Amino acid sequence: MSKWHLIVDVANCTNCNVCVLACHDEHVDNDFPGYASAMPKHGHKWINILPKERGASPMMDIAFLPVMCQHCDNAPCMDAARDGAISKRADGIVIIDPVKAKGQKQIVDACPYGAVWWNEELEIPQAWIFDAHLLDDGWKEPRAATVCATGAIRAVKCDDATFAKTIEAEGLEELHPEYGTKPRVWYKNLYRYTKVFIGGSVEAEEGGNVDCVRGAHVALTKDGAKIAETFTDVYGDFKFDQLDPDSGEYTIDIAAEGHPAKSVSVTLGESVYAGEVRV
Amino acid sequence: MGKYIRGDATMKFALILFGMRLLFWWTALRHPVFRARLKEKNLTAQFRTKDGKVGRWFKIKDGTVSSGAGLAATPDVTITFKTAEIAARLLMPPINQLEQINALKDFHLSMDGEDELTSWFTQTVLLTQTVGWQYGVDQGKGVTRYTQMTNGGPVFIYEKDGKIIRITPITFDATDAPSWSIKARGKTFTPPRKTSIAPHGQNWKSMVYSPDRLLYPMKRVDFDPNGERNPQNRGKSGYERISWDEALDIVSSEIKRQKTVHGPGAIALSHGSHHTWGNIGYYLSAAFRFINTVGMTRVLHNPDSWEGWYWGAVHHWGQSLRVGQCETYGGVEDCMQESEMVVFWSANPEATSGSYGALEGSVRRQWLDELGIEVVHIDPYFNESAQLLGGKWIAPKPTTDTAMALAIAYVWITEGLYDKDFVETKTLGFDVWRAYVMGEEDGQPKTPEWQVGETGVPAKTVRALARNWGTKKTYLGAGGWGNGHGGACRNQSGLQWARIMVCLIAMQGIGRPGVNMGNLQWGTPVDANFYFPGYAEGGMSGDLHHTAMSVELFQRMPQLPSLNTVDQAIPRLFLPEAIINGKAEGFAWDGKSIEAQFTKISYPKPGYSRVHMLYKYGGSMMGTMPDSNRHVEMYQSPELEFVVNQSIWHEGEAKFADVILPACTNFERTDISEWAALGGYAHHGQTQLNHRVVIFQHKVIEPMGESKSDYNIFTEITKRLGLSAYYTEGMSELDWVKREFDASDLPKIVKWKDFIRKGYLVVPPNPEELRDNVSWRWFYEGRKKDVPEPMPLPSDYSEEYLKGLQTQSGKIEFECQSLIRYAPDDPERPPIVKYKTHEEGPGNPEWTARFPLQMLTPHPRFSFHTQGDGKDSFLNSIEEHRVEIDGYRYWVIRLNAEDAAERGIKQHDLVKVHNDRGAVLCAAKITGRLPRGVIHGFESCATYVPMGEPGKSVDKGGMLNQLTPRKSQLKQGHSMSASCAQVEVSPWDGVVEIEREPVLAAAE
Repeated sequence: MSKWHLIVDVANCTNCNVCVLACHDEHVDNDFPGYASAMPKHGHKWINILPKERGASPMMDIAFLPVMCQHCDNAPCMDAARDGAISKRADGIVIIDPVKAKGQKQIVDACPYGAVWWNEELEIPQAWIFDAHLLDDGWKEPRAATVCATGAIRAVKCDDATFAKTIEAEGLEELHPEYGTKPRVWYKNLYRYTKVFIGGSVEAEEGGNVDCVRGAHVALTKDGAKIAETFTDVYGDFKFDQLDPDSGEYTIDIAAEGHPAKSVSVTLGESVYAGEVRV
Repeated sequence: MGKYIRGDATMKFALILFGMRLLFWWTALRHPVFRARLKEKNLTAQFRTKDGKVGRWFKIKDGTVSSGAGLAATPDVTITFKTAEIAARLLMPPINQLEQINALKDFHLSMDGEDELTSWFTQTVLLTQTVGWQYGVDQGKGVTRYTQMTNGGPVFIYEKDGKIIRITPITFDATDAPSWSIKARGKTFTPPRKTSIAPHGQNWKSMVYSPDRLLYPMKRVDFDPNGERNPQNRGKSGYERISWDEALDIVSSEIKRQKTVHGPGAIALSHGSHHTWGNIGYYLSAAFRFINTVGMTRVLHNPDSWEGWYWGAVHHWGQSLRVGQCETYGGVEDCMQESEMVVFWSANPEATSGSYGALEGSVRRQWLDELGIEVVHIDPYFNESAQLLGGKWIAPKPTTDTAMALAIAYVWITEGLYDKDFVETKTLGFDVWRAYVMGEEDGQPKTPEWQVGETGVPAKTVRALARNWGTKKTYLGAGGWGNGHGGACRNQSGLQWARIMVCLIAMQGIGRPGVNMGNLQWGTPVDANFYFPGYAEGGMSGDLHHTAMSVELFQRMPQLPSLNTVDQAIPRLFLPEAIINGKAEGFAWDGKSIEAQFTKISYPKPGYSRVHMLYKYGGSMMGTMPDSNRHVEMYQSPELEFVVNQSIWHEGEAKFADVILPACTNFERTDISEWAALGGYAHHGQTQLNHRVVIFQHKVIEPMGESKSDYNIFTEITKRLGLSAYYTEGMSELDWVKREFDASDLPKIVKWKDFIRKGYLVVPPNPEELRDNVSWRWFYEGRKKDVPEPMPLPSDYSEEYLKGLQTQSGKIEFECQSLIRYAPDDPERPPIVKYKTHEEGPGNPEWTARFPLQMLTPHPRFSFHTQGDGKDSFLNSIEEHRVEIDGYRYWVIRLNAEDAAERGIKQHDLVKVHNDRGAVLCAAKITGRLPRGVIHGFESCATYVPMGEPGKSVDKGGMLNQLTPRKSQLKQGHSMSASCAQVEVSPWDGVVEIEREPVLAAAE
């Protein structure tokens, strides 16, 4: 059975918000009976983009995480709904019936992803419907995928077995797997949002001037074991990524040719730019 | 017998007239739209020869048409042809436009009658040709799909029952032209087969249906054109609804009164730098013809996007017809195939999208990573391009970039890391500049260690960058376009920065494979030879002086030339000073030569009246021009007897007018255009795109309320001046659109009827072997220029045509001979580029002590200038644009965590951003994207919301341009310096009043 999946590549999202604006364009002042009633002009974020800054000047990065209804196979909102107000289609898309769901505010709270929004005026819960109404009308993909200029959002229709191969090939992850809801939205390069880095810059004094040290060997060790290594670039910079936040003490060992070895200790809460390391 | 023998021409003319009678009958029978049209007026129209021997009258009464041969007793409209022969020739299809124009000019053809009726009648005759045309593609269930163009990309619009359902970008189908591919380093790259769309493009539905739309004409309640005008209340008084008749009568009477009471020059029209899209409706088209028809003082623009390039870079390498920015052909392919690094210097194309480029460049810049091309971002702010692309981020203090660039040159010189051969043979004056860089002139060698004190960038980083750059084939992407534009070129040292960008790329041998200007924004391999006019070519303006029409469009689309007999101009940056104090000075923005910018413009011009009427057209300047509280004082000046505002939404300067004329959006009128086709000074802007797309801009819905298209508003005014035939040439917007289609290369590849139905046409790219040559390669190799740009002008070559550059030596000049000729001792613009600190920065310790934060105000990411902001549109919900605090959406100001903590400011606090020029209430965002001492807020706010007295109180709307400096970058120029300003940020204290220096000069 061919089903819909969404792939969100966190490394490619720039917070342009065109997917958000396309969602507003589609749903504000438009009723799609059986699919969704009109979205309020302000206040709802059926597609929401969450920012994460890591590090600090001069070494930082920023990730943006688009979050929307995950169209879960084990949807807690379906459990919380009464009178069959929420149904799951054969193609995997989850629909909140705009008529049956009236008054059911508990559906909003049931979603651990915060992807369901309460429409005060119509008294119904609402979420992103994967543009099911358009797909049923022959459109090839939801509008969010079409407008995304960087490929941060892609929609794929295939059976789950085929998609399992894609998950492995592209290194896809669930957002909050601990919720156990079996989302149909999968995230690539999620570490940009959930993990942290340790970075620094190696420099040395030579002939009265301080210069960047290129090609120095840098090793990252934790509890005595080397977990990663790299070489500094032309600016003397190095960066170790995909580390767990709040994971305690690390040691950076720097071996630059022609210089004595140097070690630096770093404690990880959030990402750390360890600054200049003089060898 | 003689009188019954008709000459051949006489018979032809009579038959044509009879045919017209049948045409009216047949069209009315078939088309309800035409029947409705006929009910609009009752009149008798007469066609005749001058001698009256051939004629036919048409009587339109209560929607029916009767007709007879001969002459009517009292026709309302008379169209006279000198002879039957002339009439037959002109009226026999296919109608030759050039013949019609020539006949009018030579008085072979004349039209008499009241403008209201002649205008209506001629457009009705033309309507018989167009009324049956079919538009749009049926989608079933009552939905029709149309096409339009926004400033953020081309769009489909799905309409049902007169309502816009949705607006989407365009996905191509199997019949559309193929896409280009680029082969680089063993891989093939092809862009996606669809158009992209910018945030403000996707925002349009909420702008069309905005609650702030101007739906009917209005008049300020305390303005009486025949009594008290109360100019001092502008910006304070309310408005009342009036009819179009009353509004147009006031405007046209005022025009006549200004001219008879004060004389030529008394009326000025101020327009923006952009417009809602469409070649016929563009300000360079409909508004320019209107200016010329009435005769007005022009508000002369400064080269806002180009500043440092026009006033500075042009002296090093020419390129004046690109306002000092250089050619960019073939840049994308060359960079992808050959380069090892791209340096983005004050360049943020991910946010600014070049100009009108939607998000086309993003996918190309993503290819950089795949190709292993290194990336560097030089910007005080960790910008959107740095965020997406990664790479090395270097953050010099604002306005100090030149110091860093000098240090790079120093390293290249001392370590021999530059193209010595190129510098030796293709440039002039390097030794003079070299002496300055090495410190031989002022005793200060411009070392990486020296620049630390200016920029804050570690010496080691500058040295590493210089060495890396000097040993790798590098594209320098300076400014948003990559060959310039925006950013640092608009701050107080923009001149220096743009100049030194040229010097750096010249040292590396521009034109060598992999070495050029660009950041993958310009230079795609689209077919640049296919002709479709850009908006700068002037549409239907007839203006050969202030548009690029004379180059090509005038021959292809013949039209009545229009000439503004008022030769007076006010430099835009000093419009308030000109109005309030009666004088202002500036310099010309004229790209025809390097020297054209040396021409001084003085207001008032001897013999002309000062300005007492302002026709404010389009978006507000208060959000986009520096030190904009001055505009409030200007509006309240008694010197301005009358202000009319023609715009779409009730915001900004519309609230300062006496009469407001409601214009409609492009979605409510017909037009034609090409995506990113600027033309003129930005020739071949289409090379920003992955595909060239020409659009028939369908009128999707009727104008909202009583709003009208700009063209129709101008037509109504010119009717009351007896000039509507001159203004419109008898044609509707649709008629002009058809003419522009016929004038382009479109008829070679698509039929009109197919084009207007489907609405878009993808222009096929060149086959690979016919792609444009790479820019500058010809220069690097010492050959004749071989890229498709018709510039510089022939007389600007010193030696042989097409060999060398526009400069006196024909080479890139490190020591500019044009500046030696003009002003060799100007400390603001010496013949070689030097580093000098400025008043809006470290050069003015007293000012910076009081206002220690450097505020960057780049172009907004989500709106297109003011277009899209405010007006309760969707994008105001984007937190990066505005943040909601207690029910109001405040403009965002970004600051570093330490600067915020020092001031007791937390995330999303209400803060006052202020200096002696004004104060703006904003929502604070704390971010690591800025170093200490630098803050960031977009400019181009659409809403001015003074909390007390306009001009004298804190603004809640978000207009940060109230705080920016008005001073020109140089006295010998007319240049913005506003993109960086010294301010302070304080927690909001509730004090609404501010004090500022009035513009009004003390009486002598």
